[in-house]
Amino acid sequence: MSRLDASNVLLAREIIARYPRPKSAMIPLLHLSQQQNGHVTNEAMEHIAELIGVTPAEVLGTCSFYEMFKREPVGRYMVNICTNISCQLLGGEELLHHAEETLGIKPGGTTEDGLFTLEDVECIAACTEAPCLQINYRYENRVSLGRFDEIIAEVRGGKRADVPTHGTLARIRQHIDPDRLAGIEPPEVAGVPPWFASRQDEAKEETA
Amino acid sequence: MATNDYVPHAAGYVDNTGPKIVTSRFHHRDSYTLERYEATNGYAALRAVLQMQPTAVHETIKEAVLLGRGGAGFPAGVKWGFMPPVWPRYLVVNGDESEPGTYKDRLLMERDPHQLIEGCIITCFALGLNTCFLYVRGEMAEAQERIAEALNDAYASGYVGKNICGTDVSIDVVLTWGAGAYIVGEETALIESLEGNRGMPRLKPPFFPAAKGLYMKPTIVNNVETLANIPWIILNGPNAYKEFGSEKSPGTRMVAVSGHVNRPGVYEIEQGVVTYRDLFYGDNFCQGMRDGNELKMFIPGGGSSPWFFEEQLDVPIEGSLISAAGSMAGSGAIVVMDETTDAVKACLRVVRFFARESCGKCTPCREGTTWEEKILQRIYNGHGRPSDIDLLLDIGSQISPGEYPVAAWAEKGLTAVPFPPKQTTICPLGPSSVAPITSAIRRFRHEFEAKMTARPADEPELRPAGETWVAVEIADGAGNTSDVEAAEVHS
Repeated sequence: MSRLDASNVLLAREIIARYPRPKSAMIPLLHLSQQQNGHVTNEAMEHIAELIGVTPAEVLGTCSFYEMFKREPVGRYMVNICTNISCQLLGGEELLHHAEETLGIKPGGTTEDGLFTLEDVECIAACTEAPCLQINYRYENRVSLGRFDEIIAEVRGGKRADVPTHGTLARIRQHIDPDRLAGIEPPEVAGVPPWFASRQDEAKEETA
Repeated sequence: MATNDYVPHAAGYVDNTGPKIVTSRFHHRDSYTLERYEATNGYAALRAVLQMQPTAVHETIKEAVLLGRGGAGFPAGVKWGFMPPVWPRYLVVNGDESEPGTYKDRLLMERDPHQLIEGCIITCFALGLNTCFLYVRGEMAEAQERIAEALNDAYASGYVGKNICGTDVSIDVVLTWGAGAYIVGEETALIESLEGNRGMPRLKPPFFPAAKGLYMKPTIVNNVETLANIPWIILNGPNAYKEFGSEKSPGTRMVAVSGHVNRPGVYEIEQGVVTYRDLFYGDNFCQGMRDGNELKMFIPGGGSSPWFFEEQLDVPIEGSLISAAGSMAGSGAIVVMDETTDAVKACLRVVRFFARESCGKCTPCREGTTWEEKILQRIYNGHGRPSDIDLLLDIGSQISPGEYPVAAWAEKGLTAVPFPPKQTTICPLGPSSVAPITSAIRRFRHEFEAKMTARPADEPELRPAGETWVAVEIADGAGNTSDVEAAEVHS
């Protein structure tokens, strides 16, 4: 079942309600579908199109622009090695080559056991900790070749409970209690917030 | 409390002994919790602001001359004033930090999310808007978690949402996130992404976000670090803020120094006070070059900025002075390269970044960055052609006319980089790829020339399989012809 399941549809509706226009929920919903299935399926894109009232082609259009969305199955763990300038200066490329040899795959490839997909990525904002990598978007800093082997062994041995499988980003989601919500309206109907209007009037009276 | 050392729970951050405005809580292990934030004067600025007139809050920020920390360095208070009196209006927080070498917003989001949220609410109050979108880069899972947790706590405690702190003020802050695209750090592309589209920039004019932004409504896009300064400014006043830093650039800024230094790290420094030499060699900062090597070059403000060399070491780190010296302060990302660095390789790597990240909307950038990468790659491989260096500069001038930023600036008597650069593209991504090329060629032309002929004489010239290189001769009207060998024809 690669459409969103019942509990994720509920979650999707909650997310959509947080935006003035449903289409703005596109990227969060694509992430949600990737969390459910490990990659973004055509059925999920069609389902998202129904939920936010656009065509499936529009969903594919957005989905295909962003590197994090995988439209083909990938490994349970994405190993993203930075090779941008700061990491390159301190051995990022050597780390990538070591990873290629250790895992027996090239960037973009997946190991036969379906566990790891390797990618060479652009700067991931840990430049002082070069060379660095992310496993399913969790950071590993100052990774030596030996440390790389350890990380792979840890994941294979099931010792990395801190790293969720591919597709899951934040494990804590924003949840707004309806009683606490200020109120999000479509841009066509939203106006000056009453609290601001009354303060503007006050200010006018003071100057008058 | 400053330890002048790494803070173990904030990877990369060095708690140096200078003044702290935005990183004051980083030494607390639990700096991201509401409890710690409240115990360290958190949300006190918000309470004070709720008793003020919105315009007075706006004036305070204007008076403090809070410069944007995202790259362009435009005063936030002035930017806010560009909004026409049209509602609804939106605040969008740009947390899509991905400029090569930049590493500060992630720390601010992970280590002190409440400070950012408080800055957002104060800004919303000042501008009379009730919806703020906090856009975090897709790859930053931990930052997303911390902000989600902080927002949930802040909503529950009445700092965000309906009737903030028991007043009639009601403002929503929505966490949203991207999915891996550097270009989304450009404000109009970010807005497109937030509308659920491909992250491609919009043409300015007419789509200046302050007038026609999110849903074509007035929208302010501010950087994370910019907003994180606001609670401190409100609590201590603009005059206290101006005591730090220089007259033109008050306050502090975060810089990330990476590369060949002994102690790479993220430092909060006073603007216009600390020079690059202090930063690279000072005991309080990076403690010198690796292995005592000589400095070769450094990138002063992110991958997009023209390179600096040893003669610019005494430039104080401050926007206008860096511009006058021929580069830009940008996002505060400083990459230091020592004498062992291959200039061609470094240049190629930065250019490859722009080629990979071009969104494809404008032809000069989409095609041009790819050509630049290909030509640099063949020079690096020892298969360069005699005309390649001129060809690179020529392609650069088609993306960024006027040989921005440094190739011929001395000859033309220019002292500052024109900002925004002259460009044949909608956004500055394409022109950014020209900066490393002109910087490297201007200084290290001999290295390019040496690399070009490095191929052994008996090794045949490489041609990609199935492709034929066709040399096209183009006459310039004055009877001269030149080879444009980048013209690549599939036969």
